[in-house]
Amino acid sequence: MAPKTSPEIGGMGHSVKRKEDPRFLRGLGNYVDDVNLPGMLYLDIVRSPFAHATIKNIDISKAMAIPGVLAVITGKDLEKYNLHWMPTLMSDTQMVLPVDKVMYQAQEVAAVLATDRYIAADGVEAVEVDYDPLPVVVDPKKALLPDAPVLRTDKKDKKDNHIWHWEWGNREATDKLFSEAEVTVKEDIYIPRIHVSSIETCGCVASFDKVRGKLTVWMTTQAPHAIRTVFALVAGHVGLSEEKIQIISPDIGGGFGGKVPVYPGYVIAVAASVLTGKPVKWIEDRMENLQADSFARDYHITAELAGNKDGKLTALRIKTLADHGYTDAAANPSKFPAGLFHVCTGSYDLKAAHVEVDGVYTNKPPGGIAYRCSFRVTEAVHTIERMADLMAHELGMDAAEFRMKNFIQPEQFPYKSALDWEYDSGDYGAALQLAMNRIGYADLRKEQAEKRARGELMGIGISSFTEIVGAGPSKHFDILGIKMFDSAEIRVHPTGKVIARFGTKSQGQGHETTYAQIVAEELGFPVDSVLVEEGDTDTAPYGLGTYASRSTPVAAAACAVACRKIKDKARKIAAYLLEAHEEDLDWEPGKFFVKGSPDRAKTIQEISLAAYTNHPPGMEAGLEAVNYYDPPNLTYPFGSYICVVDIDNGTGEVKVRRFVAVDDCGNIINPMIVEGQIHGGLTMGLGPALYEEIQYDESGNILQGSFMNYLLPTAVETPNWETDKTVTPSPHHPLGAKGVGESATVGAPAAIVNAVVDALWHLGVKHIDIPITSAKVWKLLRDAGVKG
Amino acid sequence: MAKVPITVTVNGVEHSSEIEPRLLLVHFLRETLRLTGTHIGCDTSHCGACTVVLDGRPVKSCTAFAVQADGRSILTVEGLEQDGKLHPLQDGFFQEHGLQCGFCTPGMLMTGYAFLKENADPSDDEIRHAISGNLCRCTGYVNIVKAYQHAAQKMREGGA
Amino acid sequence: MIPRSFEYYSPRTLDEAIALLQKLGPDAKLLSGGQSLIPMMKLRLLSPEHIVDINRIPGLDYISESDGQLKIGALAREHELESSAVIKTKLPILHDTAKVIADPLVRSQATVCGNLAHGDPANDHPATMLALGATVVATGPKGAREIGIEDFFPGLFTTALEPEEILTEIRIPIPPPHSGGAYLKLERKVGDFATAGVAVQITLDESGACKRVGLGLTNVGMTPIKARQAESFLNGKQLDEATIQQAAEIAASESEPLDDIRGSADYKRDLVRVLTARALTTALNRAKGGA
Repeated sequence: MAPKTSPEIGGMGHSVKRKEDPRFLRGLGNYVDDVNLPGMLYLDIVRSPFAHATIKNIDISKAMAIPGVLAVITGKDLEKYNLHWMPTLMSDTQMVLPVDKVMYQAQEVAAVLATDRYIAADGVEAVEVDYDPLPVVVDPKKALLPDAPVLRTDKKDKKDNHIWHWEWGNREATDKLFSEAEVTVKEDIYIPRIHVSSIETCGCVASFDKVRGKLTVWMTTQAPHAIRTVFALVAGHVGLSEEKIQIISPDIGGGFGGKVPVYPGYVIAVAASVLTGKPVKWIEDRMENLQADSFARDYHITAELAGNKDGKLTALRIKTLADHGYTDAAANPSKFPAGLFHVCTGSYDLKAAHVEVDGVYTNKPPGGIAYRCSFRVTEAVHTIERMADLMAHELGMDAAEFRMKNFIQPEQFPYKSALDWEYDSGDYGAALQLAMNRIGYADLRKEQAEKRARGELMGIGISSFTEIVGAGPSKHFDILGIKMFDSAEIRVHPTGKVIARFGTKSQGQGHETTYAQIVAEELGFPVDSVLVEEGDTDTAPYGLGTYASRSTPVAAAACAVACRKIKDKARKIAAYLLEAHEEDLDWEPGKFFVKGSPDRAKTIQEISLAAYTNHPPGMEAGLEAVNYYDPPNLTYPFGSYICVVDIDNGTGEVKVRRFVAVDDCGNIINPMIVEGQIHGGLTMGLGPALYEEIQYDESGNILQGSFMNYLLPTAVETPNWETDKTVTPSPHHPLGAKGVGESATVGAPAAIVNAVVDALWHLGVKHIDIPITSAKVWKLLRDAGVKG
Repeated sequence: MAKVPITVTVNGVEHSSEIEPRLLLVHFLRETLRLTGTHIGCDTSHCGACTVVLDGRPVKSCTAFAVQADGRSILTVEGLEQDGKLHPLQDGFFQEHGLQCGFCTPGMLMTGYAFLKENADPSDDEIRHAISGNLCRCTGYVNIVKAYQHAAQKMREGGA
Repeated sequence: MIPRSFEYYSPRTLDEAIALLQKLGPDAKLLSGGQSLIPMMKLRLLSPEHIVDINRIPGLDYISESDGQLKIGALAREHELESSAVIKTKLPILHDTAKVIADPLVRSQATVCGNLAHGDPANDHPATMLALGATVVATGPKGAREIGIEDFFPGLFTTALEPEEILTEIRIPIPPPHSGGAYLKLERKVGDFATAGVAVQITLDESGACKRVGLGLTNVGMTPIKARQAESFLNGKQLDEATIQQAAEIAASESEPLDDIRGSADYKRDLVRVLTARALTTALNRAKGGA
């Protein structure tokens, strides 16, 4: 679709270069660790070596003897203020600092406050903690056995480690379809614990002004406004009042979901600043970040798919154990403890489905956050795309043909899924066909057959995913009761320059550019004259923040609606200036003109000035608008990915030879940025598919606690991603846009696994859990008698 | 422990300080000199966000002591722009959308600065190996490779 | 991730450095490239009271060819191996090795001698030096002495160096014509230590049979392993496919891997087999003048 605006204006569809880049390229970004305040103290945290233990004693004397160590804060200190526990976003409870026992390895045990980062580290080492180890529960299946130790002894009457049961769909209809099915497939799929590992870790600088009673916190948060409210709710009783709490989310070095939760470190730093009246900085190191911050995934899934011999699918049945660690600290909408997992019918037209999830406590770090995905969508997509592939292979059908046969067809939209979602728009066949054309699917299948005859291993994998993003309509979506709207506040200045503020917070997505482009699109101001601000709760309108690909579906929609309010007023001013009726005016980007007389025109800049200097009698001066956008529905981006892998039958190494990604995110604001988001998302799909995993031994010791073993793909492992697109606008979004930041992370792993299984199917391999390491593939090969 | 005096030239400017021997070079740059463009990402010498150029060689400044830089010359991201003109690599990253959150970018730029001096006409594969000590979580590397190529071409044409 | 405090010394001569080691005793640690030492200090796994930084001693950063040997000085950095012409033409195995150690930024600082002196069986150069039959020069208060690489790694994280000795030079015999070598490493991703690695260096006689074979293994035992049985099996033999496979089986049987996060012992043992066969094939091609 050709852009409606000129390149000078730079509205939607232009690959405008990013407005945020000049500072980053010069090393002049302002990330949280760059914040430096006079008299600032440093906080460092003592962490538990045990996964489950009673704390018998904490001896701080040696630490306090170190010159420069000012205080050691323990749970008992916080208990005096009733700040030793805090709520999680899922209304569970989490320790800030423990009073009597620790629940996972690397849990915060005490905090050292010192004049210097180095001294604080020395202090941490000098704190002596006496532990009495308790039995450790690592496996969520064992956690549910009757003789398992009950972990949450803090909860009165809690007799087991079960957190919640949640189910959705029509069980009877589903069971009936299964009993009637000609073919069924069943598979256990484990989607392991992973960690977002943004290159910037988490941290904050808390600064409490005792005289004014004002707390300012610079912190790595994707949701500053919600954090302010949480702080006000948690610490209201000690005098923190919401109007005197300012959260500033400065430049963020990647978020991906890991910077949504409230971590104990933030709260301790705030407490330390409030107690001392001095600024306090807390910055995690990477090991703390990996070992203690919220994890993602950790779903133990059993899935079944039913269909007919002709390849038509009928029903899906899923049971899942969700390992949440010692507390449910996920960041899901309140109503959905398993997130949006029930989008698991995916791109396929099924008659019925039923899904059950049970949350379980174990001695692991809390979480259940997303890893660049919209509330468990990756788990859903992985399951249905694996199962669809399994069924196709079982039936001896081509994986592409099988998908084409089962796709929801374009004329079925808006489509009500078997699990009650209303998909807004889609053309799944077109996306898959384009991907097949781009990669040369038929030729690859020929090459594969030839290679297989020679004993070489090559596989082709498809993933045709449907995302669900843009949470969400207030009827169903809230976090801690706060509805999941988002906001834009736009002010036009007299000289025709604009400031636009949002409730979201970019962590690299380029909001300063794309939101400005929306203003340019709607009002015709050149993109360069629009300043976008986010992340300061004192100035930005309230919003729920940036995660789950919600900025474009929700905040960008708010931006468009606010612009349209401004445009309505601008039209009135133009009519007044042109002495014409409003209905006689036409708009072209940047000006109103009288129909049929293009010379009788007023530019948006002239109108801006008039709004302050010559506005119509009876009209309020000024030109600004606010919108809190409550989306009528979610948006459903989709795509088809095809991956080609070669497997070394000696070492088991998997090499992604090619990967074509066709995405459809509706109308596109900035093609360059969309492509960048897809490249990044694909790489965060590759990581979990082949490399990333967090495991624990039986004692609850983490095995991948640093980048030595938590393996992020480098440029060498990452293929040269090939991208393309189809455009199916969202019918309900004001801009027809859908969101794209996470599609690739959601869709990519299944394509990679499907390719590997496709390469090994003839050896009897039906499924491999991610990450597909060389060691796993080697074992499968040798078990199948391939010597290599 | 006794502090030791060091004199280091950073981005062409000489700085003399008294430091603890254990002070890491990255903290010297970020906290002593307040040059915060150099970032810390992993602490274990895996991510390269802290890369600076020390006497012409790229080095992970989290894995060097500041005292080792005594009498030597360091270039950080803040020193890349000359006379108000971006280095071709900086321009390449801008033109090719080689950065998103910007956190790994200074390290990527400094690795590239040293690399392109040694290899003026690299293949994509050589670039991918050259940046394999620098992790990026946002870009998927494709556009970083393009940014390097953009810069290499500009530099071959005499752009810098 | 902050190291404990230490005293810092920056000697300007080798004698001064050795005198410092003598004076300071076992609480002193030598700093050259620092790419293993500094991370361990940051993790506080190692906290020497004294750091003797040898980086300012002039004249130790050479890679030179003399007396039929390649000589690598204490301060020669890994990246210099990658760009050395003599290595590319006469010792491609060293080039293979250097380019798979850690990552380019680490190699920019890390030293070759340090890679040996660290005594880590996961490091890559030990296997390669075993294959090449290198010797190292240890310089201490009593002067310099040569140590055969086979005798250099008595146990895990230990070397034959005395506490007051410095590994000042590696000496590698320049291979005669009709020689070839290769180093192959399987790593989980770039920057990782080897899941397993195999170094092979061969010299062929006029008939094409092996007249000298060196075979070293990385990270499949408590120390770097010299696969002696495979070496003696290959000696005097033509390297046909069956012989290569048999040698690979023997080398695998000489490895002593343990189960760990990189894989099972069985996996690593089999990797030794697969990589040995491939490395032998490459070495043979190179010995015959191929790439």
